[in-house]
Amino acid sequence: MANVLVFIDNPGQALKKSSLELLTIARSLGETAVAVNGELSDDVAGTLGAYGAATVFRPSAADLDDYLVAPKAAFLAAVADKSGATTVLLENSPEGKEIAARLGIRLSAGVITDVVAVDADGTAHKSVLAGSYTTTAKATTAVTVLSVKANTVDPEPATAPGTPETVTVDAPADATAAAARITSREQKVASGRPDLTDARIVVAGGRGLDGDFGPVEELADALGAAVGASRAATDAGWISHDAQVGQTGKTVSPQLYISAGISGAIQQKAGMQTAKVIVAVNKDAESPVFEIADFGIVGDLFQVLPQATEEIKKRKG
Amino acid sequence: MKIVVLVKHVPDAQFDRHLSGEGHTTDRDESILSELDEYALEAALQLAEARGGAKAGNKVIALSMGPAGAVNAIKKSLQIGATEGVHLTDTALAGSDAAATSLALAAAVRHLGADSPVDLVLTGMASTDGETSLVPAQLAERLGLPQVTFASSLDVDGGRVSARRDADTHSETVEASLPAVVSVTDQINEPRYPNFKGIIAAKRKSITTLSLADIGVDSSQVGHSGSWTRVTAAEERPPRTAGTIITDEGDAGIKLVDFLAAQKLL
Ligand SMILES: Cc1cc2nc3c(=O)[nH]c(=O)nc-3n(C[C@H](O)[C@H](O)[C@H](O)COP(=O)(O)OP(=O)(O)OC[C@H]3O[C@@H](n4cnc5c(N)ncnc54)[C@H](O)[C@@H]3O)c2cc1C
Repeated sequence: MANVLVFIDNPGQALKKSSLELLTIARSLGETAVAVNGELSDDVAGTLGAYGAATVFRPSAADLDDYLVAPKAAFLAAVADKSGATTVLLENSPEGKEIAARLGIRLSAGVITDVVAVDADGTAHKSVLAGSYTTTAKATTAVTVLSVKANTVDPEPATAPGTPETVTVDAPADATAAAARITSREQKVASGRPDLTDARIVVAGGRGLDGDFGPVEELADALGAAVGASRAATDAGWISHDAQVGQTGKTVSPQLYISAGISGAIQQKAGMQTAKVIVAVNKDAESPVFEIADFGIVGDLFQVLPQATEEIKKRKG
Repeated sequence: MKIVVLVKHVPDAQFDRHLSGEGHTTDRDESILSELDEYALEAALQLAEARGGAKAGNKVIALSMGPAGAVNAIKKSLQIGATEGVHLTDTALAGSDAAATSLALAAAVRHLGADSPVDLVLTGMASTDGETSLVPAQLAERLGLPQVTFASSLDVDGGRVSARRDADTHSETVEASLPAVVSVTDQINEPRYPNFKGIIAAKRKSITTLSLADIGVDSSQVGHSGSWTRVTAAEERPPRTAGTIITDEGDAGIKLVDFLAAQKLL
């Protein structure tokens, strides 16, 4: 009997790095089963085997994506019962957390979100209050549900790959009755840049850009970075709301965060202060962002950023 | 319409926030009405006003669970325009995790729906202290209601609620029948401030205090004993300190690249 269950929602043609991370963590906790919603390609099934999954559970219903969260949680609860899992791992996306939330109620299981490390006994580590504390938490229940942030471990295939057995599980019939139905969905255009939450480097711009994200985007591209923004910049419509970093935007923990034309209000700091290295460019020496910057430049971003971009290109040859 | 808005009294993020005590819970001194709940309150007021307001029998009930001080979040909600306030308070509630909180809130919502049904439960997208976003989904699961979370726009018509949601890769429209649990983002509206008239009017509005006994919850189901997770250790991260600050003398872009190279970040 598998004791760890990993949920992977719509893997597509290849597993994302964050899914591989979950599988890697799962193996350190015990025998792994996977619950997959959506298509399961041969490639993905192969990778699941390579990462040590013993069983792959799939829902009998194909319409779970037509509803918001609830039926996915109901399916996952049925799989957890069937597999006897004592730990369930999910990705830490807004949807992943909500599936975890409902699963927790269905299984009478403690839920811990925003996890950055898991010990072999299921103890979870996370940071709270905008990165000002690191805490250790544990579920007191028979089953533990954890949503784990991306970039917490290096994905590693199992030493002995296998071929997982596929099992179909009935998604409970009542699960769609009280669920919100998704009536339309529009895909957004992909930027080609790394995903903001997972990126190793983030270059973020604020009101100081005065409507022109060009210097930030060019520096980001020279560094292979994602582009972030303050709320002032997203509210002004200079860049899409998805780019917002902060309390009501994304929380990022990259190796490097470059803040340009951002004052560093507490709500902005809440989203970026666990970055390993912070660089700030701001023309006002009194800006609070300088209180937390490892390297601060008091200057005009329209001079500093293009010069840095040129210099990086030159050195990278 | 009868709308219950969940309002939380949270430590003000403008000040240093601390965890303390055996359960490593947040200190609640210097607390305020969670800014993210103001968007839910505004959405509720707009829905009620569009239907003729309090005069036409629309109710916006601000419900807060928490110690004595939490009544301040309710008072502020009444000043902003809520029609009545409900304060769920009991010493046994202290230290409740999301599961225990959602259990108590679900019981409170059922209690408030006993005389006439609640049509909508509105919440913010997350609390600004716990930041888990777990409670709205758990409340929906416990009440057996549809959840419509992270709504960036909201429409209620003919017993149905529809909302727009924006995710990274896509936007979507969702629809559910009432009653429903809805959480809203900070993109949905511009919350109003209490005005002088509102502050005076609030003094005449009632605040009902409920205990666990009133809502039929046993003290063992909430607080530390009823929680399904336990924080076993908490360590304050050393505050970040300022590093090197330079003033641009025409070559700061190059110095920036030197710094990145020295940090092996290129
Ligand atoms: C409930 C709530 C939630 C919030 N959530 C978030 C959030 O998630 N993320 C977030 O970012 N904010 C959030 N905010 C808003 C936050 O309080 C600030 O208002 C916001 O971060 C300010 O953005 P900014 O730094 O870009 O703008 P400003 O504070 O206006 O700062 C602009 C900076 O640019 C500098 N500047 C101007 N021109 C130049 C130039 N040519 N070169 C260099 N520097 C220049 C200025 O010196 C200034 O420091 C939230 C607020 C509330 C109330």
